[in-house]
Amino acid sequence: MEKQKLVLIGNGMAGVRAVEEILKLSPDQFDITVFGSEPYPNYDRIQLSKVLQGDTEISDITLNSWEWYEENNILLYPGETVTAVDTEKQTVTTDKDRQVPYDKLIMATGSVPFMLPLPGADKEGVTAFRDIKDCEQMIESAEQYKKAVVIGGGLLGLEAARGLLNLGMEVDVVHIADFLMERQLDRTAGKMLQKELEKQGMNFLLEKQSQEIIGEDRVEGLRFKDGEEVEADLVVMAVGIRPNAALASQSGIPVNRGIIVNDHLETEILNVYAVGECAEHREMVYGLVAPLYQQGQEMAKKICGIESEGYQGSVLSTQLKVSGVDVFSTGKINEDEDTKTVKVFDDWRGIYQKVLVDEGKITGAVLFGDTKEGNQLLSLINKGAAIEEYLDQDKSDAAGIDFIASMGSEEIVCGCNGVTKGTIVNAIGEQGLTTVDQVKGCTSASRSCGGCKPLVADLLEHTLGDEYDHNQKESICACTSLSRDEVVEEIKSKGLTHIREVMNVLEWKTEEGCSKCKPALNYYLGMINPSEYKDEKESRFVNERLHANIQNDGTYSVVPRMYGGVTNSEDLRKIADVADKYEVKMIKVTGGQRLDLLGVQKEDLPRIWSELDMPSGSAYAKGLRTVKTCVGADFCRFGTQDSIGLGVQMEKKFEGLNTPHKVKMSVSACPRNCAEGSVKDVGVVGLDGEFEIYVGGNGGTHMRQAELLSKVKTEEEVIDATAAFLQYYREDANYLERTSAWVERVGLDHIQSVLSNKKTFIELIQRMNEALAVVQQQDPWKEAIESETLLRDLYKNVKVAAGSN
Amino acid sequence: MEQVLKRVFAAKLSDLPEKLGRTVEAGGLELAIFKLADDNIRVIENRCPHKGGVLAEGMVSGEHVFCPMHDWKISVVDGKVQDPDTGCVQTYDVEVQNGDVYIYIPE
Repeated sequence: MEKQKLVLIGNGMAGVRAVEEILKLSPDQFDITVFGSEPYPNYDRIQLSKVLQGDTEISDITLNSWEWYEENNILLYPGETVTAVDTEKQTVTTDKDRQVPYDKLIMATGSVPFMLPLPGADKEGVTAFRDIKDCEQMIESAEQYKKAVVIGGGLLGLEAARGLLNLGMEVDVVHIADFLMERQLDRTAGKMLQKELEKQGMNFLLEKQSQEIIGEDRVEGLRFKDGEEVEADLVVMAVGIRPNAALASQSGIPVNRGIIVNDHLETEILNVYAVGECAEHREMVYGLVAPLYQQGQEMAKKICGIESEGYQGSVLSTQLKVSGVDVFSTGKINEDEDTKTVKVFDDWRGIYQKVLVDEGKITGAVLFGDTKEGNQLLSLINKGAAIEEYLDQDKSDAAGIDFIASMGSEEIVCGCNGVTKGTIVNAIGEQGLTTVDQVKGCTSASRSCGGCKPLVADLLEHTLGDEYDHNQKESICACTSLSRDEVVEEIKSKGLTHIREVMNVLEWKTEEGCSKCKPALNYYLGMINPSEYKDEKESRFVNERLHANIQNDGTYSVVPRMYGGVTNSEDLRKIADVADKYEVKMIKVTGGQRLDLLGVQKEDLPRIWSELDMPSGSAYAKGLRTVKTCVGADFCRFGTQDSIGLGVQMEKKFEGLNTPHKVKMSVSACPRNCAEGSVKDVGVVGLDGEFEIYVGGNGGTHMRQAELLSKVKTEEEVIDATAAFLQYYREDANYLERTSAWVERVGLDHIQSVLSNKKTFIELIQRMNEALAVVQQQDPWKEAIESETLLRDLYKNVKVAAGSN
Repeated sequence: MEQVLKRVFAAKLSDLPEKLGRTVEAGGLELAIFKLADDNIRVIENRCPHKGGVLAEGMVSGEHVFCPMHDWKISVVDGKVQDPDTGCVQTYDVEVQNGDVYIYIPE
């Protein structure tokens, strides 16, 4: 039988998802042609705000690669816009005069940003925030200009504003209402949000109506109805979107606000369907991804001739994607006379939760600060649950399981990737999945923002029942089912001595492991048996193998050690000479109080090290990086202790040490804590007559304030306590687990109680000293310079002369 | 179109480190040469299709190399990027003769 011709207008999330559903149901029924105005394959428009905020890049948000279209025999015309549909002859015509016939037509033309018709809106530097092009324009503007104005204090406007802040611009947000996100939040939450965003550096101009955009060719400012003006080098209009139904309307397909569709997403014209933001279903137009995916599923069934109940509409939920701010709302937002509410308001911790109840049933919710219950509330509203069901549940782990059990199989667990409960349950059953990571690998659930990980874990537990092992969640990697603790135990009890042996004896599923388990095993073996184990350089990441940090262009950086951040004229002269001689691209002062020589060719590394004749700063190491110090008692009028002296001692004591992840330390000489011990793995604060030792701090990805481990009287005691703490960390933590995550996981109480045992304390220090004795035999840079084998194996490239054979 | 290949000498077999890569520049190309645990020699294009990571510096496991930039897993045998990422790199034929390693590259 000849295949039917299916044409999709609009190469975006809703349309392509619908095509995926069709391919799933009936892979061989259609010849598929797709037209998209943008010159890209289907990408995740939702993530554009993350691109702008610098968390990800445009190349990372592609949902369907060019290969996907090829593999599925889909003919894609990117950068080509359909300009007319003849619904009688069943053909479409494009701006490149191409005419294509169809048997079924899907319109997924999405939305267009609503541009305020202000005088001057056509000036250079005025943009919407809708697609990759807009995003690129904003990023370019931020490189040249400094002042941005965003019109619109809704979801889109705030995400754009946060992105522009990250790009280094000053940002005013202009909003017509008197509080933010008034369509998704109530006044209390809106005001809390405003405060939080003001803290992040946003400036708000509320109850302002824009009148005119001023400037010559390029925008220079914005004037309001009340006569006030603000300066602007960039104006982003984010006041809303409207369905892009122009093509449909011109082609005689009935349109109201959007293209009118029934429960099966059929328009009123035979063989023409509409899905996504351009479609209007029961007088509703949806602009969020979950409803669009549900519509796509129902439409696919109809197109493939499968009977179904059809699309029944969706309850909306909203989540703001601005880092550091948790906001969620769903259903009804504002109470009317008959509405009862359940409220929690904790101004101190910045938490506000409001659940709306009408006639005993949950009808809406607004959450600020703590949004964990968001998904659950959405689901309760969807099934028309009574408020008791929400109030009576215990908020323990079991509640999560009950909730997941009550979800329908068509309900979406992962909103980012549109993965349903059914898909995950099938994958668990068919492919024997047992961990969240495996589910992520097979179904993409939790791959984007990770917010649904707890749900996926609950779903695994629910599906596997007794077979689900709470503690076995994390095997080292996909090469084994054994956990870190089991592997370490086996190494000790069986006396295993090298990586290959561990893999053989413990029946690894792969011949030679992978990039996760090789370095992990290398670390564990060295930790367990420091004096006997021979470090395997081929199981080290490139930075640790070469003792230099690889940069994005394949060059390296060199960071020599400067104990305690103290240097001298001789070292500085050597660094300057080397930088000149080897044409170092940049000399940068690091966050750890030393100097970084960037842009060095690999083959120059050994020569530079030898001319510097300074120890390696281990800036590449899973080990001690730096000990940051303040000026201290020698010079500072507040200093109570010799912070530099102690810092230098500590750096000399622990340099070269291998640890599960990098370790940063600091010593300050007074409670002002200028060396920032609150965000260090070990932060020492000197007081008059004693020292406080803080541990488990982190100022990076997972911000965590260090906790007080102990107070001691002398420098020797500081070093002993640090040695014992670090050794216990070395022995107990997972490879690649920072002290912050480890302290959080096992608890400071536990660590304190282990270290409080005198005998254990002394033994930990002894084992630390054994480990240090091995690594401090020779500096890694010296070792490389002096070894012909290392020089040849690691630092030489091969150049084949032209004409040789 | 048929491509004319030429054979160039790259290295002595005994000079190549085991389970590691090495960068080879030849005929305007930048290649990564690997000596696997089974002593087989494999040559691929030296840049990861993702962000241009230097594959010769990646960790080698069996017949795969892990890009040092973002951990993409790439077969050194057929050049294919492994799931869930996609793409591929060029592979080059190799010949070992009397302990010398030769690579076939386009003329």
